[in-house]
Amino acid sequence: MNIKFQLNNRPITVNVPPDRRVIDLLRDDLGLTGTKEGCGSGECGACSILVNGTTRLSCLMLAPQLNGCIVETIEGLTHGDDMNHLQEAFVKHGAVQCGFCTPGMIITATDLLRKNPHPSRDEIRQGISGNLCRCTGYQKIVDAIDAAAENSDDEAVR
Amino acid sequence: MDNRKNIIPRIGVTFPRQDACSKVMGREKFSSDFYSSDMLYAGVKRAGIPHGRIRNISTESALSTEGVIAVLTFKDITGSNRQGVIRKDQPVLADDRVRHCGDAVALVIAESPESLKQGIDSVTVDYEPLEAIFSTERALEDGAVIIHDDNPTGNLLLKGSLERGNITRGFEECNHIVKGSFYVPMQEHAYLETEAGWAIMKDDGRVYITAATQTPFRDRMEIAHATGIEMERVAIKAPFCGGAFGGKDGISVQSLLCLAALKCPGRPVKMWWSREESFLASPKRHSAMLEYRLGAKSDGTLHALEAEITYDTGPYDHLGGAVMALGLEHAGGPYRISNTSLKTRAVYTNNPLGGAFRAFGVAQVAAAVEQMIDMLSTDTGISPLKIREINCVRKGDINSAGMTIVTSTGISDCLERIKSDPMYRQSKTWKSNASLFKKRGVGLAAVMQGMGYGPVVPDVAHAKIELLKDGIIRIYSGVTDMGQGNSSTYVQIAGEMLNQGAEQFELLQPDTDKSLPSGSATASRTTYTFGNALIGACEIFRERLLVRAADMLMVTGQEMAILPGRVRHLPSGRELGLAQLASFLSDSERCVSHRFRMPVSEDRPTGDEMLRLHGIPHAIFSYAAHLAFVEVDLLTGGVEVLKYLAVTDCGRIINPQLYEQQIQGGISQAMGYALSEEFLSNEGVVRSADFSTYIIPTSLDIPDMVSLPVEIPESTGPLGLKGVGEISTNGPLPAIANAVYDAVGERIFQSPLTSERVLTAIESSKRNGDA
Repeated sequence: MNIKFQLNNRPITVNVPPDRRVIDLLRDDLGLTGTKEGCGSGECGACSILVNGTTRLSCLMLAPQLNGCIVETIEGLTHGDDMNHLQEAFVKHGAVQCGFCTPGMIITATDLLRKNPHPSRDEIRQGISGNLCRCTGYQKIVDAIDAAAENSDDEAVR
Repeated sequence: MDNRKNIIPRIGVTFPRQDACSKVMGREKFSSDFYSSDMLYAGVKRAGIPHGRIRNISTESALSTEGVIAVLTFKDITGSNRQGVIRKDQPVLADDRVRHCGDAVALVIAESPESLKQGIDSVTVDYEPLEAIFSTERALEDGAVIIHDDNPTGNLLLKGSLERGNITRGFEECNHIVKGSFYVPMQEHAYLETEAGWAIMKDDGRVYITAATQTPFRDRMEIAHATGIEMERVAIKAPFCGGAFGGKDGISVQSLLCLAALKCPGRPVKMWWSREESFLASPKRHSAMLEYRLGAKSDGTLHALEAEITYDTGPYDHLGGAVMALGLEHAGGPYRISNTSLKTRAVYTNNPLGGAFRAFGVAQVAAAVEQMIDMLSTDTGISPLKIREINCVRKGDINSAGMTIVTSTGISDCLERIKSDPMYRQSKTWKSNASLFKKRGVGLAAVMQGMGYGPVVPDVAHAKIELLKDGIIRIYSGVTDMGQGNSSTYVQIAGEMLNQGAEQFELLQPDTDKSLPSGSATASRTTYTFGNALIGACEIFRERLLVRAADMLMVTGQEMAILPGRVRHLPSGRELGLAQLASFLSDSERCVSHRFRMPVSEDRPTGDEMLRLHGIPHAIFSYAAHLAFVEVDLLTGGVEVLKYLAVTDCGRIINPQLYEQQIQGGISQAMGYALSEEFLSNEGVVRSADFSTYIIPTSLDIPDMVSLPVEIPESTGPLGLKGVGEISTNGPLPAIANAVYDAVGERIFQSPLTSERVLTAIESSKRNGDA
């Protein structure tokens, strides 16, 4: 079936089987491999994307659910070849180790900061608690989001 | 911001990870990120039963499934069909029998993931069930079924002992003796990226494999041995792993992909395990039973230690022998003890597979010995810190494994640093501030971790660097970067050595066709061994650039200096860009390599050649002292870690940020081991099947941690460093268990310390108190 949606600021129409998972649509059909799959059952958060501005797990969504939506993936958060402030903060504050949870973590943090531009550390921890990371112990991820929020205004996330 | 530009790395100063930018932008390609329109998909039929003889494998129905290209069984393998590092006992595809539920029985190759699933479901296997063994006790009983008929010691994979002094007299001379029986469960690595890779056989007849692996060079040998293909026909690329922690030390998808690629020439074949398949089939940290008896003199001097440790290695060796040996070497902790009897064994069962996991057998023994020390502290009335200070090993001492320590040893410095820290000094006040129905406790642990492969297996790296025609310097990393950041540190080291900014370098991840064999990304060795090789290569490289630049400028070599992007003749100020210089050099001159082998201990705490082969003794150890601050909910038994202090001796620190990443990450993973992670199986069937039933810490479970170094340079280390990858994993379980004891006065000998176990202990102590 034909599905129309906005993907990373560009309108797109795709023809996919109705049972196509969104994560497969993104990764396999559209080549956007920045979105990762860590469990396929909505437990780890690695596949997080933004749908109409809210974090969604792309492994638990079917392609038709995107029809008419505004979709953002990690690839859409950069400014061309430049990182945004949140991504820069992840690099600067050492929030990246293996990097497999990183795109989903940044998507979730983007959602958090758009809704709450100046969260406390506890609010940050709450906000990312659905995204598993096995490398960092979360501390430097919290540092990075905290720092991005500090010198943000709205620039931090866009 | 482009973090690669204009930064001349300095040692001891945070240097941004070279891989961070591509990872935050979602551009880094992991092994699972390859797709193409002509891709085939490979997967395996797994046993589903813990032990059984294979009567027949029926593939006809699978083969007639639409989209299924081929179904392979052991009959299609011309090689040994056996994988393993020391003892090759694990089939690629099961032949006569299956030995655990995760064994691969048939390999299916299909045009799509959907047809692959149908094909796998259509394979049927007829088994004659065999008695299955789920405990190490049963495995060693007379009459128990033997899991590997060809193993001369039956279900005993390996055993070893280290004896010193006179254990009987030692205990007779003790004023205080404590005993403890501990059980630690299997732990799953739970890397976010499950096992993945893809392969293609090209027209040249070679199989090109890209896989998530910590061991690309060793894999090549294992694949060749198992599948029967010549080693020269196998090439492996190891991109950044999405976490590994030991779980990708060895073969997962690699041999299967090789078989699939051989069967379907010219087509790329992908294999990517689901989370459930990863949990089912991948190796875990070994569960272990640990029987300890520890004695001290009245002044707190440790005098006798007896330990018997049994590791459940599951159906295959998979480094279980080496894990056991490292556990044996660390079984007495970082202490001087005159009389010791340390015994370990690794035993085959039909439980899930035991294997390599960060700290490699040491996390288990550290949990036991560090709780024993606290039990002795209670018994003697000497504080946990003081009793460790009295007994901890210093350079020149003989340690509990009977080895004279001649390399850098900072455990006493770690303890000293803890002692002076305000967090420690104010712990009494902190404990008194617990809220209603809660109690607080503080617990200490002192731990160590040996580095490298030990005295027999050469711990070697070959670093290679090349001046490209455009003046860029390419570093050929030979050791996988699974997130620990070693490859970024290679750029930092080379930048320091060659006085170049990061933009002057190109970093190539391991590729067996291009890099040189440099061992595994394991054993806290990646930066130590390759870093030393790289320093040697940089020295040769620098000398060559200077000499050849001098030739070009017709001056003598001593007056030249290497500057960012160029070489300068100091007296005249004339300069040559690196690209200019490159054009002057022949291809062979532009490339240098250097080999380094980690020093081995000359000490002989054991003459047992099998133990030596499996790694005893090590020459260099990292050390740490950990302090956990917990609050126990007396109504629920829930344990919360509120603060954490780790002081680490891992030599000189090259990059403080990467160092902290390793410490914080290891602590968190081990906090899971202490409080929630227990990989469960029932009669061999996995019960902790996924992230909904196997609970790893989230951002709400880990507090902000304080990590402090004591920087004692290790003279053999590259720029003074020693390994930091594993040491932090050893402290949390004993420190937290000791803190829980401090809070509630009950010791819980079985981990993890779940609410249920803690509450049960609190309730039983109440009952005993009432009686």
